[in-house]
Amino acid sequence: MKALRKFLDNIKPHVSKGGRFEMFHSTFDAFESLLFVPDKTNQNGVHIRDAMDMKRTMIIVVMALVPALLFGIWNAGYQHFVALGQEVGFWEMVMHGAIKVIPIIVVSYVTGLAIEFAFAQMRGHEVNEGFLVSGMLIPLILPVDIPLWMVAVATVFAVVIGKEVFGGTGMNIWNPALLARAFLFFAYPAYMSGDIVWISGLSGMEGVDATTGATALAAAVQGNIGQFPLWDSFIGTIPGSIGETSTLAILIGALILIYTGIGSWKVMISVFAGGYLMGLVFNLVGLNSLMQVDALHHLTLGGFAFGAVFMATDPVSASRTEAGKWIYGFLIGVFAIMIRVFNPAYPEGMMLAILLMNTFAPLIDHFVVGANIKRRLKRAVVKA
Amino acid sequence: MSEVIKIKKGLDIPLAGKAEKVFGQTQLPSLFAIKPIDFHGITPKVVVKEGEEVKIGTVLFYDKYHPEVKFVSPVSGRLKTVNRGERRRILEVILENDGKDEYVDFGVADPTSLDRKAIINRLLESGAWPYLRQRPYNVIANPQDTPKAIFVSGFDSAPLAPDIDFILTGQEDAFKQGIEVLKKLSPELHLGISNDTASKLYNSLEGVQLHRFSGVHPAGNVGVQIHHVMPINKGDKIWVVQPQDIVSIGNLFLQGKHDFSRVIAVTGSEVLKPLYLRYRLGASVSEIIKSGVTEGKLRIVSGNVLSGDNIFGDGYIGFYHTQITVIPEGDEPEFLGWALPGFGKYSVSRTFFSWLCKKKQYRLNANMHGGERAIVMSGQLEKVLPMDILLEFLIKAILVEDIDRMEQLGIYELVEEDIALCEFVDTSKMELQAILRRGINLMIKELG
Repeated sequence: MKALRKFLDNIKPHVSKGGRFEMFHSTFDAFESLLFVPDKTNQNGVHIRDAMDMKRTMIIVVMALVPALLFGIWNAGYQHFVALGQEVGFWEMVMHGAIKVIPIIVVSYVTGLAIEFAFAQMRGHEVNEGFLVSGMLIPLILPVDIPLWMVAVATVFAVVIGKEVFGGTGMNIWNPALLARAFLFFAYPAYMSGDIVWISGLSGMEGVDATTGATALAAAVQGNIGQFPLWDSFIGTIPGSIGETSTLAILIGALILIYTGIGSWKVMISVFAGGYLMGLVFNLVGLNSLMQVDALHHLTLGGFAFGAVFMATDPVSASRTEAGKWIYGFLIGVFAIMIRVFNPAYPEGMMLAILLMNTFAPLIDHFVVGANIKRRLKRAVVKA
Repeated sequence: MSEVIKIKKGLDIPLAGKAEKVFGQTQLPSLFAIKPIDFHGITPKVVVKEGEEVKIGTVLFYDKYHPEVKFVSPVSGRLKTVNRGERRRILEVILENDGKDEYVDFGVADPTSLDRKAIINRLLESGAWPYLRQRPYNVIANPQDTPKAIFVSGFDSAPLAPDIDFILTGQEDAFKQGIEVLKKLSPELHLGISNDTASKLYNSLEGVQLHRFSGVHPAGNVGVQIHHVMPINKGDKIWVVQPQDIVSIGNLFLQGKHDFSRVIAVTGSEVLKPLYLRYRLGASVSEIIKSGVTEGKLRIVSGNVLSGDNIFGDGYIGFYHTQITVIPEGDEPEFLGWALPGFGKYSVSRTFFSWLCKKKQYRLNANMHGGERAIVMSGQLEKVLPMDILLEFLIKAILVEDIDRMEQLGIYELVEEDIALCEFVDTSKMELQAILRRGINLMIKELG
């Protein structure tokens, strides 16, 4: 520790103002603050501060994602061998999954962080920790067979257009990870939908029945939702994006986020409530096979649960008032199921619903703030 | 029995170093200072020269724009020096204490027999007027105004705050006389008391509206109490006074002299024996610090750790402070601090494993634990602010200098101490209190 500290202290003058490597200042700062909580003391205001900072917040979110990630790695292997009709051991499935998933994660982090570092240095700011979470979210919402170069391009789009252009962490309107997926969805639709991409290795196989590669939602359109019963979709042993299949793993993550106070339980509950109610309404109408999917089942299918817990709760792109969060979350749930049911071509309603509500979140807040102002004005009139 | 107002939003930070209810023995120091920077918005004009002799009550300086508001010396002796900072701004007027305690005699008087104007003049002449501050803005009250009410908070809920009931024991007569003075100054007099202690003194007062509060800090902040009883709207003026200052006002009439003696609580994890001292307003802390604290780099705060001032080892206790807190400075980097379980770290969130040991008292230091970041987390600040104010939006309005918005969102109701807890919990490490003061200064400049 002392040696490390000395090493950093020796480099410091060279990267500070006036040093030869001044242009790497932000990069040095980022690594230094990664290894050591800085020695900055409070100067102007409170003398003591809460021990939590952005790094700790982000790390907790990443930890909450780990159950979904681990399950996703295993599931990628499991689905692959089921499609092949082979019986293999647990660790073989994990190995297969890891070989497919870990490169995606690496590409996502390396690309994203490189851009973040570059922008921070250009602006003369400290590197913000926002990408620590986005970098893990992006792989988890992609199909397992996605080509790595697409991951890189999508990450660049997400970080540059989705975040940096607005001013960096804390300034974005939309959820950057969802923007990555939306970009791929519209730019390379063949790789993001259909029956082949959700199970590893299917695109290269011959003689495999196409319907075994379909996701649950695609099967639902055909009226075959029975292929993916509620229990399976809850545990997550179904095809889908890497991290989104296991509702159980996602709920464990939700508990971590709620317990540490980092994820908004209001948003999570209202998303599930909105989705469930919309599902019930459709069950009553029951006009097509998608509408007939049981409301509870809807909550475990597709990216609904993952979006509810990890995407909708992103504090920067969600509603910022407590009252607003209920409305925001509820509408996300409603729209997600609605888009899913009315649009068989877009079985992924969750992504679009969240992006839509990200756009309207400031408007919702505007009205909540307006109500606060009205209350204050009314108070003055009454007293007078 | 009036209703109890329960304050649920807020936080009691479990700090180590609460003062024991005993009195210590320390001689009064030889240096004292009145700091014009303690008073928001005044421009001091010094009237004594260096080396000139002063008594307790001699005018040191007055406010250029309100010359009737005078600031007097808390000791007898001579004026040592006037410390100036950037652009010749006066930071401290420093006095040498000769230990003789000679007072200027203002004459004994009965407040019930005087009219309002006479009382105000006596307070102005004796330098006691600055004890009266005005909300909004927390500036010194304007003698020309008649306030809507005077509000007093009878207890202090800040971390390691002194026990005011304990301090007032033995000073009941002076306190009651001070209350009589205040009654003459405004149509209503309100007192916020803690429901957890039964104060005989407070309950025995007549002509005062009592309000009971219970719950977490900032229940003792007078701004929070005002919000729950009579929230401040545009145009309202409410005056606030602290309990020990009321004693001083009372003594001004009972004894005819301005008595600057105060009981100071010496608190904090780095104080060897946290206790109370019979001291005086404006004293230098060097005597206390010399023998009473641990080794190492320390942060010496006049006031509490949330809204007090850093006065270093040789500074002076602030005009409105009756507490000193000493904590470790903590200016050392910590290896992987944000990633480790952190059993010794205190956080409102349950992200460190310290929540496993609930009874613990913490030895917190002045480390920032991170760096300043953009606003990311939402709802954090409002969780510890027990007022119907959307603080994040108000802060943003101040940052863009939108006066109308600041007014609409409730800037009249807030002063720094009310949002100190918000600054404590803020993950983005912003200087919220400083931003609020900038906003308030802007309001004063634009709207008067």
